[in-house]
Amino acid sequence: MAWLVVRLAISLSLLYTASAVFEDQVGKFDWREQFIGKVRFALFDTHSQASKKLLVATDKNVFASLNSRTGDLFWRHVDKTGPEGHIDALLMYGQDAVVVVGNGRLLRSWETTVGGLKWEAVLDTGSFQAAALIGVQDFVKYVAVLKKSAISLHDLSSGSQIWVENLPDSDTVQYQTIYSGGNGLVFVLGFVPSSHIVIVEYKIEDGEIMKKKSVEAAWMSSLENSCAVISSGNLLCVDQITQSLYTLPLQSAEHTEMRQIHLQTLDLEVASGFQPVLTSTQPNPAQPPLAEFFLQLSPDHHILLQLKDDLIAPLRDFNPSYLAAFATSGEKTVAAVMTPKNDTVSHISKTLFLKKVFLCIYLYCNGLFFLLKACSINLFSADTGRRHLDTTIIYHMDPNGGKPNRLYVHAFLKKDDSVGYRVMVQTEDLTLTFLQQPGRVVWMREEALADVVTMEMVDLPLTGTQAELEGEFGKKADGLLPMVLKRLSSQFILLQAWMAHLWKLFYDARKPRSSVKNEVTIDTLSRDEFNLQKMMVMVTASGKLFGIDSKSGTVLWKQYLEDIQPNSIFKLIVQRTTAHFPHPPQCTLLIKDKDTGLGSLYVFNPIFGKKSHISVPALPRPVLQTLLLPVIDQDYAKVLLLIDDQYKVTAFPSTKNVLQQLQDTASSVFFYLVDSSQGKLSGFRLRMDLSTELIWEVVIPTEVQKIVAVKGKRANEHVHSQGRVMGDRSVLYKYLNPNLLAVITESTDMHQERSFVGIFLIDGVTGRIVHEAVQRKARGPVHFVHSENWLVYVYWNSKFRRNEFSVLELFEGAELYNSTVFSSLDRPHPPQVLQQSYIFPAPISTLEATLTEKGITSRHLLVGMPSGNILSLPKMFLDPRRPELISEQSREENLIPYAPEMPIRTEWFINYNQTVSRVRGIYTAPSGLESTCLVVVYGLDIYQTRVFPSKQFDVLKDDYDYILISSVLFGLFFATMISKRLAEVKLLNRAWR
Amino acid sequence: MATIRVLSLILSVLSIITLLWTQSGECNNGRRIGDAVDTDFSGFSVPLEHSFEIDDVPRFRLRGALQFRGGRENGVYLAQNQLSEKDRNTMKDVAAVDGLYRIRVPRVSLQVDRQTERQSEGYITAFVRACSLVESHLSDVITLHTDVSGNVIGISIVTIPGSCRGIEVEDEVDLEVFNTTISVVAPVTAPVPETAPYIERMEQEMEKKGKNPQEQKSFFAKYWMYIVPLVLFLMMSGAQDQSGGGAGGGAGNGGGR
Repeated sequence: MAWLVVRLAISLSLLYTASAVFEDQVGKFDWREQFIGKVRFALFDTHSQASKKLLVATDKNVFASLNSRTGDLFWRHVDKTGPEGHIDALLMYGQDAVVVVGNGRLLRSWETTVGGLKWEAVLDTGSFQAAALIGVQDFVKYVAVLKKSAISLHDLSSGSQIWVENLPDSDTVQYQTIYSGGNGLVFVLGFVPSSHIVIVEYKIEDGEIMKKKSVEAAWMSSLENSCAVISSGNLLCVDQITQSLYTLPLQSAEHTEMRQIHLQTLDLEVASGFQPVLTSTQPNPAQPPLAEFFLQLSPDHHILLQLKDDLIAPLRDFNPSYLAAFATSGEKTVAAVMTPKNDTVSHISKTLFLKKVFLCIYLYCNGLFFLLKACSINLFSADTGRRHLDTTIIYHMDPNGGKPNRLYVHAFLKKDDSVGYRVMVQTEDLTLTFLQQPGRVVWMREEALADVVTMEMVDLPLTGTQAELEGEFGKKADGLLPMVLKRLSSQFILLQAWMAHLWKLFYDARKPRSSVKNEVTIDTLSRDEFNLQKMMVMVTASGKLFGIDSKSGTVLWKQYLEDIQPNSIFKLIVQRTTAHFPHPPQCTLLIKDKDTGLGSLYVFNPIFGKKSHISVPALPRPVLQTLLLPVIDQDYAKVLLLIDDQYKVTAFPSTKNVLQQLQDTASSVFFYLVDSSQGKLSGFRLRMDLSTELIWEVVIPTEVQKIVAVKGKRANEHVHSQGRVMGDRSVLYKYLNPNLLAVITESTDMHQERSFVGIFLIDGVTGRIVHEAVQRKARGPVHFVHSENWLVYVYWNSKFRRNEFSVLELFEGAELYNSTVFSSLDRPHPPQVLQQSYIFPAPISTLEATLTEKGITSRHLLVGMPSGNILSLPKMFLDPRRPELISEQSREENLIPYAPEMPIRTEWFINYNQTVSRVRGIYTAPSGLESTCLVVVYGLDIYQTRVFPSKQFDVLKDDYDYILISSVLFGLFFATMISKRLAEVKLLNRAWR
Repeated sequence: MATIRVLSLILSVLSIITLLWTQSGECNNGRRIGDAVDTDFSGFSVPLEHSFEIDDVPRFRLRGALQFRGGRENGVYLAQNQLSEKDRNTMKDVAAVDGLYRIRVPRVSLQVDRQTERQSEGYITAFVRACSLVESHLSDVITLHTDVSGNVIGISIVTIPGSCRGIEVEDEVDLEVFNTTISVVAPVTAPVPETAPYIERMEQEMEKKGKNPQEQKSFFAKYWMYIVPLVLFLMMSGAQDQSGGGAGGGAGNGGGR
């Protein structure tokens, strides 16, 4: 019987917490965007004319196919992170795409239409150098992979290895390139630095070395960029120091040294300090490459050259030009060149003026000497260098973006046999822009969003009328009558707005539903009734900032910050929210170099993305810690304190008002620093003169354990209930210390029996260790959430090889020490600590807790899993007071009996089938509705949704029957009226009787 | 080179300690702290220093000696001096300006087998507001926290009561002797998922069921005498009023979402 009750209790509690999305709710308040990352290889499918496929391989180890008409993903394969899944090469022939993965570990062939794997071959060990398709008699049959010490040939249709040969003298010679001209031979090119080039000739059938020769090349430093094979087996190299080109026929036996051609003889010169780059093209792997090639002499100077009868002749000089690329369609090969628009400014600007097109955006392009507004891309015939007429694409550069750095050209034959083309431009800020003539942007992808580092959600501003009303309270009173008039006028405006709103509703109601959906633009942004729509400010690793509408996922503004070091740490701080009309909201981004610690501040308006003109303090010393104080200046901006490595404090903003306030409150401003390399945590107090003094120190010896993470609580968290009502109606008060820090350590000893995870709860003001626990036989990575009076952490149990959850809750006991105010300095009794652990039967990649406006709603934990699912786990299951044996009191309290394994129910996955690849972080924000919490999950993809941990207790359901309830109401109303009347008549009649 | 630096560091630390010891000998007018050390050979002692200054620049002086008994947990005693007249006045002055009372101990290992490497450089410090110490008549609770291998990692000091209400402490005697509670806290071992007791409980549950055949019966087997008439009754009433049943079913479907 007791067991039945237990089961009933469990099922009831599950019923209570169960919440899933209904089928018709899909996509109603959630959206997902999928990204691929920075493109390293991109190939257009030129197999058939109508093909829309664009194959890309990226630095995020993603291999995907894009629809070149829309920019959407056809399919996407996300490989392992790190070097194991690194894509080394992408080759394409017909319907097959061959990919080399993991530094030459795997060779895979994909079917490009549906993205299915055709075959996979495991290659021998050895670091990858090059891969090439090998053709025999106009037919591509093999793929060759060059490793550091071996070359292998594989069949293109089955992946089986034809032969593998060791390279001669591979310990001294660096082999870097493969070349095959379709004549039954494979050439492997290697070199010994500053000495000679080695050319090895293999027979395709059996891998026999036909010939091996070495040619003097004392100037040689690298083969990869400075050499290319052109025109039926001529090796061409360029050297910056000697300012020369070198050529060598690969097959002839008599040549023993390279022929030197001074660039001076061609009237050319390499820019000083620039490594010249040769670009050749081999349209068909079964045929030798073309005789034409590009030579890049400086970052903005390309030249198209031709090798003819052992003579090199320039075809066309492109100066200035940023990017150049070859493309082939059918038999025709063309070259696309991107040039700044200014070089033809004289006549183009005239035509522009005539066309009444006025470009007022001037920007500094390429860091050189051009004030640029747009670039133009032109098509040239590769064999003559003649410009194709009417092939200009004008590329308008984004004033908030970076400069273009890659150009991919898709050429196709038009009906009249002329060559048409489209281009894809990748810029420094990882924007992919697909353009067609005459400059129409077909689609755009913001791939910087594949690497979101940190984010914040900011409330949208009020509408004009609401702001008007708000403004009334903000101003100083100036007499009774004007105030009454002001109130009346603002009420009138409100009434007007309401009428307009009603009219719009009525008007929209007649239209079909699909056409009502109005586009969100930056001008129509305003807060909705329940503050469910917010601005997501996202900071990406490439240094590009985005403002995204949380309701639709539309990018509303973007801003690329130039000169961001690749290993920077970003910290985003909301200094002023939207609540202080007419002051605009203000966000501050602290950009810190990981190695030097030197930082800089970037202040901007999070709604419009505009840089703020507030003077920013210079930060000459490395910043150790930042602290956002509740102290506000006269403009309602919260004060940010930056502590440098000499423990000096810089305040931002640092007006007189702020400094005065800081002096007054200095003795109550404490902060802590963590030095994980020495295992030292130290506390400081602010002095009147903005210097600091050391007040406490805790040293955790690094020989035993190292600090891996320190986390406080979120500043915007509200706790509604001070305690928990127990079964016997007494109250167990929570230990709600806002200064509490959770410090997680991992042992240096990684042996599975001796390794442990340490959990320290330290008061950030006094340095007092409130609780100290050791999880034995445990290992990281530890994910944890610290909130209210609890800490939940996940670790790897190295003994049982499983993930385990552990929850710590802190209670003051049956009475509060001081119920009015909490002070770390005056709380002498240590809290009671309860702890329980559970098995979690799935791996975890990140952990976060839901957050609501007032903290009344019960909490859920959001667990991001490597599978891409987001689990919403009720905190109820992570309660250290879950009883072993069920009793009357525990049932009264609604405690679930203890079970060692945590259940995972599929309806708890908040993102149903919208999996998020490589979840890195979850951000939660409260909305205006107490029941609703906004959730943003980011990783390779971005997913936004709402969760209702206690269900929507403050919202009527979508299918709420308004007609029924109102008809019942009206019915009752009329019934009472009639019966009243009848009763009156009856009374009257009775009186007469 | 490195060893020389370490040596010099150790030397300097040692010299500071000896200096402090000699200082304590001079200003010590109460119990002699050296005595306790001499009498207890099995343990070792560590100086506890304190600082309270009007200008809030820490200048640590010896407050007492922490004596650890080797091998036993929590075996710690604090032998400390009385506060001198001068110290008492300073303490009151510091309390009046809301200054801090700081304490510190050197970083040591409490494990006996590590006594050779016990002296590592550096201190761990903690503080309490001087006024609360004065108002509590020098009754403080000092806790030393150690890590898993017995290294002292943190010290904390609280006074009971901990508040500063601005009560004047008139009696000089109240500020003479510390009323200290001292303890050493080692980390607790966090619990692991309790699978064994859970399985045991489940088995007991099963056994109980097996013993009691009444319990083993299913819900339907137990209450069939109530369910069958109810079902029959429902069927009868349903047959009588076909149309009403249909309407009811429709409403049920609508509301069931």
